[in-house]
Amino acid sequence: MSQQFQDKKSESRSTESPFAPHTEEDVQAMLDAIGAESVEDLFDVPSSVQFDGSFGIESSSEQEVVRDVSDTLARNDQLTEFLGRGRYEHYVPSIIDNLSLRSEFLTSYTQYQPEIAQGFLQALFEYQSMLVELTGLEVANCSMYDAATALAEAALLADRVRGTSGSKVLVSDLVREERLSVLENYLIGSDMTVETYPTVDGATDPTALADNVTDETVMIYVENPTAVGTIEENLSTVGDIAEEHDAAFCLGTDPVALALLEEPSNVGADVVVGDASALGLSPAYGLGLGLFACREDYLRQVPGRLVGASEDANDNRAYTLTLQTREQHIRRERATSNICTNQAWVALRTAIHVAWLGATGLVDLAEECVQLPRELAADLNDIDGVTAPVHDRHHFREFLAETPRDAERVAADLESNGFAVHAVDEHQVQVCITDANRSERDEFVEAVREVVA
Amino acid sequence: MQRYNQAVWSETDDSRYETLLAEKNEQTVDVEERTTLPDELTRESVTLPELSEPEIARHYTRLSQMNYGVESGPFPLGSCTMKYNPKFTEEVAALADAAVHPDRSAESTQGTLAVYARLQDYLGRIGGMDAVTLQPPAGASGEFTGILVARAYHEHNDEGNRSKVIVPASAHGTNFASAVMAGYEVVELPPSDDGRVDIDALEAAVGDDTAALMLTNPNTLGLFERDIEEIAEIVHDAGGLLYYDGANLNALLGQARPGDMGFDIMHFNLHKTFATPHGGGGPGAGPIGVTADLAEFLPSPHVRADGESYELYEPERSIGKVHGAMGNWLVLLKAYAYIERLGDEGLTDTSAKAVLNANYLGSQIDLDIPFGPFHHEFVASAGDRDAADFAKRMLDYGVHPPTTKWPEIVSEALMTEPTEMESQDTLDQLADAFNAVAGENEESLSTAPSSTAARRIDQTSAARNPRLSWHALE
Repeated sequence: MSQQFQDKKSESRSTESPFAPHTEEDVQAMLDAIGAESVEDLFDVPSSVQFDGSFGIESSSEQEVVRDVSDTLARNDQLTEFLGRGRYEHYVPSIIDNLSLRSEFLTSYTQYQPEIAQGFLQALFEYQSMLVELTGLEVANCSMYDAATALAEAALLADRVRGTSGSKVLVSDLVREERLSVLENYLIGSDMTVETYPTVDGATDPTALADNVTDETVMIYVENPTAVGTIEENLSTVGDIAEEHDAAFCLGTDPVALALLEEPSNVGADVVVGDASALGLSPAYGLGLGLFACREDYLRQVPGRLVGASEDANDNRAYTLTLQTREQHIRRERATSNICTNQAWVALRTAIHVAWLGATGLVDLAEECVQLPRELAADLNDIDGVTAPVHDRHHFREFLAETPRDAERVAADLESNGFAVHAVDEHQVQVCITDANRSERDEFVEAVREVVA
Repeated sequence: MQRYNQAVWSETDDSRYETLLAEKNEQTVDVEERTTLPDELTRESVTLPELSEPEIARHYTRLSQMNYGVESGPFPLGSCTMKYNPKFTEEVAALADAAVHPDRSAESTQGTLAVYARLQDYLGRIGGMDAVTLQPPAGASGEFTGILVARAYHEHNDEGNRSKVIVPASAHGTNFASAVMAGYEVVELPPSDDGRVDIDALEAAVGDDTAALMLTNPNTLGLFERDIEEIAEIVHDAGGLLYYDGANLNALLGQARPGDMGFDIMHFNLHKTFATPHGGGGPGAGPIGVTADLAEFLPSPHVRADGESYELYEPERSIGKVHGAMGNWLVLLKAYAYIERLGDEGLTDTSAKAVLNANYLGSQIDLDIPFGPFHHEFVASAGDRDAADFAKRMLDYGVHPPTTKWPEIVSEALMTEPTEMESQDTLDQLADAFNAVAGENEESLSTAPSSTAARRIDQTSAARNPRLSWHALE
């Protein structure tokens, strides 16, 4: 082998791609075997559509690319982020990169040959199991793209499982616009439209909700915690209202909140969606992990991939993708969703993170998400002219603060001081605090004091 | 001939392979005891695995040993482009500056936006398209986005009554599903005898109700649609748009561009053509490119240069959003690094070698390949063998088998795409595996595999009696 390697190194390389191993001699030998004159002859492309131009993209060495990308990204300002609104940062332990980057995981494909892919299948089965435990629902799939697309798929599922047709998806007015926009796009092929119901003081008011629900309501969507960080207080009533109208109750949340807040199955939730990458990944400019769990009787209508246990020819327990007749590669236009490539690798990371935290660690991390914003809000409230939190409720990770100055200006000035917050309303900023940024809390409070003055 | 035995950890007393985390140790925590929230807002308890870090490291290391990736051995899975994922792309994705929150202001994320804008530009040049959005997080999402753009375009031109999308029978299943999700009726186009689009059938199918034709080129048989210009003319004359499914773009880099062939909309699969890892199923990225006429309908926000700086804006008649943020950013970043590394020549050479490899491998196997000339992939027939069994037996030779039983135009199909990454020696090994299996008896195939961590898995039992979590095993 080493002799062969030596020979190849000494031969001239015809290749321009550093990731194709062929020498000129290889190419010639292969062409001879094929019976072709040249590689160009292998292309059956009419000359009228052949491309003879150039992309104008220069190749670079690996070192140059790494430097270029590092230098380019370094144009980002170094800010301490107090940002949330659906995408959260928690410390990601080293073990997650270390294990998830093992090439047997990272460079593998969807597990269409389960016998050779037991490792990833088991990891996904364990991920599904963790979500089953956290949601109390019987079924969790092994990922959607992100929280917004998971919500949209939930609405399509709700429409499919409902006995009678309906035309409305009713969502809390606190839900982010971005999610509504994705939802509306996914509903284009259905007869449904999106309506919002008004919340009262940052949470769902059962009367206001009930006033907006009709027999046309296919699904009610509520987030807990809400996008402004408040913890919902009447979820069981939401579940009752949904049931009365034969509407599905879809709850939006994340795995950290699930460890502490009311169990979705206990409040009558039929579907749970959200961003599960709050564990396992940095905010990654919004690359997410769509959490999707639902009741068992929806099983045949679930979108996306499911891993199930079975037995192999040794009578050992083994895992496989299952119920694939729901999916696009078999059912085509009658599939439950068009999703194929999903976020499996992020699910692996999230599962490792949950395992690393354990039950105690996860619950304690969640409790920190209750205490940190409480303390920070109290500090900010002490600043002249600032009211925090705006809503007199319990919060999770984040809250709204009222500022005397224009919120956009406050956010911009904080940015000049090295901090990022959301400006959400004319005089309201939103602030998120977790274990990831808590060490900068005092400096942040001082900066706010300075800029609101 | 190469021999292979996958690592296997098993508990013979319990009839299982690696023990589940929850079976190793779990703990129930009383939540109400550990929180300052009132009880009515919290759950009572939670039960999860409770293991030390060394135990977790060993658990996942063992699982990884029972998994097969591109770096384990050949992975000629047709239509999936399982090529080598260069290591340095992981290094750039791990940069702290790549981790920013999606709600950061444009002013404070000029670096991220610069990469974003440059990748939009690169992909536009590579595909021959005027504008590119990076928002769709996967190929199927790109298809859906592209058809939404087509729909918005037709509606804007008061042609919202166009209700049909034409899809060839051999297309990826996602094409059908995406068109339906976007509110269209699918018209399936039967192939001609040579495996390409049947022009007469296309002419019969198009009309003033045609919104678009979705086409993969080279198609799933690896054949270039030679009549592409005529196809484009037929669709355009009927007022429809031509959509390019980019799953097979690895055949054409630098050789031909969808934009030059007359396509109006295309998606790219960055996790195929541009070497980002498949990660056991994702994340991928499915940017779409469009012609200038369609640019104003692209998802929001879009990124553009404004002098020296970059800004986010909403295209004038944007369809809105298809992802909650800016798509699968880390995947975009890796693809950007890959494109910069290869440049023009490297990209062009990639497709040349991908096509060379497929043709060489095709010439070395003893199975019938009914359709050609093929490019980056071919579809062989397992003949009177069951293609699924054929594939299971290939696993015993240390290679990942081809995609099986699809497209249906080839009986017992083995859709094979070796990509540019494999050497002649490796292709010879792959051919040996094909030929050895072809020479074995039925029983050998139907009882395979025997060298993998698990033996043949009972699919029927998995579907009839779904056990989808460790709770369901008790």
